[in-house]
Amino acid sequence: MAEMTVIEAIRTTLDEEMGRDSRIFILGEDVEAGGVFRATEGLVAKYPGRVIDSPLAESSIIGVAIGAAHYGLRPVAEIQFADFIHAAFDHLCSEASRWSYRTRGDACLPMVVRTPWGGGVHGGQHHSQSIEAYYTHLPGIKVVAPSFPADYRSLLKAALADLNPVLFLEHKRTYRLIRQDVANAPAETVIGRARIARKGTDLTIYAYGLMLHESLAAAAALASEGIEATVVDLLTLQPLDVETILESARATGKALIVHEDTLTGGFGGELAALIAEHAFEHLDAPIRRLCAPDIPAMPYHPNMEHFFMPDREKIAAAARDLAAY
Amino acid sequence: MTAARPRRPRSRETLPDYLLSEQQLEDMYYYMLLSRRLSERMMALQRQGRAAFVIAGAGQEAAQVGAAMALKKGTDYLAPYYRDLGMNLVYGMDAREAMLNLLGKRDDPNSFGRQMPSHWGNAARRVVTQSSVVATQLLHAAGIGLAAKLSNDPIVVLTCCGEGSTSRGDFHEALNFASIHRLPVIFYIQNNGFAITERTEKEMAVENVADRARAYNMQSAVVDGMDCVAVYQTVRPAVDQARRGGGPFLIEAKCYRLWPHSSDDDDTRYRPRKELEEWAKKDPLVLFRARVETDGIFPREDLDEIEARVEEEVRDAVQWALMQPDPAPEDALGYVYKEL
Repeated sequence: MAEMTVIEAIRTTLDEEMGRDSRIFILGEDVEAGGVFRATEGLVAKYPGRVIDSPLAESSIIGVAIGAAHYGLRPVAEIQFADFIHAAFDHLCSEASRWSYRTRGDACLPMVVRTPWGGGVHGGQHHSQSIEAYYTHLPGIKVVAPSFPADYRSLLKAALADLNPVLFLEHKRTYRLIRQDVANAPAETVIGRARIARKGTDLTIYAYGLMLHESLAAAAALASEGIEATVVDLLTLQPLDVETILESARATGKALIVHEDTLTGGFGGELAALIAEHAFEHLDAPIRRLCAPDIPAMPYHPNMEHFFMPDREKIAAAARDLAAY
Repeated sequence: MTAARPRRPRSRETLPDYLLSEQQLEDMYYYMLLSRRLSERMMALQRQGRAAFVIAGAGQEAAQVGAAMALKKGTDYLAPYYRDLGMNLVYGMDAREAMLNLLGKRDDPNSFGRQMPSHWGNAARRVVTQSSVVATQLLHAAGIGLAAKLSNDPIVVLTCCGEGSTSRGDFHEALNFASIHRLPVIFYIQNNGFAITERTEKEMAVENVADRARAYNMQSAVVDGMDCVAVYQTVRPAVDQARRGGGPFLIEAKCYRLWPHSSDDDDTRYRPRKELEEWAKKDPLVLFRARVETDGIFPREDLDEIEARVEEEVRDAVQWALMQPDPAPEDALGYVYKEL
């Protein structure tokens, strides 16, 4: 099979799964025209009536998807930019995440919420956000954040087969940036498993989304300096693959956590706590977090945007420091 | 549990003045009465310290029972709100289960002790699980309606909330969505005059919630929610029409909350006794009983017999439910995710 971009991986998977399972339908803004990122392009013609434009109202998209999933269909709710999902927070936090719990499994919500997140696209405050920390704090919702096309395919399939609400985070900067021969690439098929994307002995870098690619680039550069980093592709943020995370921390004794969300209250805090709690005696250095500074949101001008986001140089610098500790 | 005295069989023929049969009228009275008597016992149990919290629908029994009886039980979906004990009784919950729910017992078929009382939900009965967040269920109802439409399934969804909840954005979003797609959803608003302490004029600048239907190109009706027969006669055609593909309907039942908001509320702070006394004359149970008695549908002793049957069911339910097992502490765990 030819190489595929992230957006192609998503589109082809939606297409294949809709062809296989007539319960799947898509609801979101502009999805009939293909969506602003073209993730649903061509699907309305192929599956008439199953690709449905929603009003410009995120609470409607998620709330209606909840009802449809409760009924027994398999809605795929598209939130055009993750930055706008918060209008539907109530439906995800107070309703979807608790549906199975509060009925003791009498009811469930097999639904997928797809949304583009992350920066590096000059999107400013409201088209660049990282939202994972809010939603990983909701047991009952699964949060998936792949990095490579093959994983986008396999995990989107897994999300569509899951009986629970899955927040499927798609890093928008990688949509057309990252390509992969998906037929010959490793593909994680289970939600809740991380992958060792690169094996090294000097430190472990934990990342997801665009930062995973930046971390791999940094690790490649560090190798030429004689520093060998393990890079863990987290893939799923809720539920976490605690075992893989801890094993790697114990093996290298040094942990560098990278994300483009802001530092305080960011998802890295949970990873750091896990490692400190369960791998403390194996650590040779304090856990290091490389995150965006604590400012409310990503600024627009490229100078400030670059300042805000971690990148391969910053990751390599932090890794060097940590390796030398 | 049923009183032993034999009584004449009820006719299932439609009575012209009611458009309901004797049997249906008896059922109406039974469910309304059961709802009220259960609620009274629940409040007593709360005062005795045996139940932590009660939120009831006293004054709204006609609005609830008349509307629920207009649905196809077990086929049509009900997405209720926390005052809808009467609706749930029509939909198959019995007195014992209602008491399990009040006491948060392990076998409460709504949430197994995981939610506060009166947060209904039962998949087999097609009662949609609800939270304490108001009006979210309106969007869930729209979603069920959309799914049914996509599946060519001729069901109807009836969803409820109070007039206070219609101030939330979800009310607007749900009506907007349902109307765009002409979904088989009945938005049923029980306007009981109060959002806890706030009167309707603090919640909206229009006279009727139903007035808003025009903004969605949706059909609407206002009905006297203290009159169970009128409620049925209003809701039933809307349900039939929605089932035939006629689209959603907004129905406002004007009723009155005869009790405080909940067991934690003291309504003497904000409600004059005189007002309550005036409304008590329109108590839906009093009105219904007077009408069917005056019209000679049922002799007084038949109605007394229903009263006695309900009293016995409630007594039995309390005694039985108090003996039922509580959840174990570790029952707090599990079912965070639904497994395949």
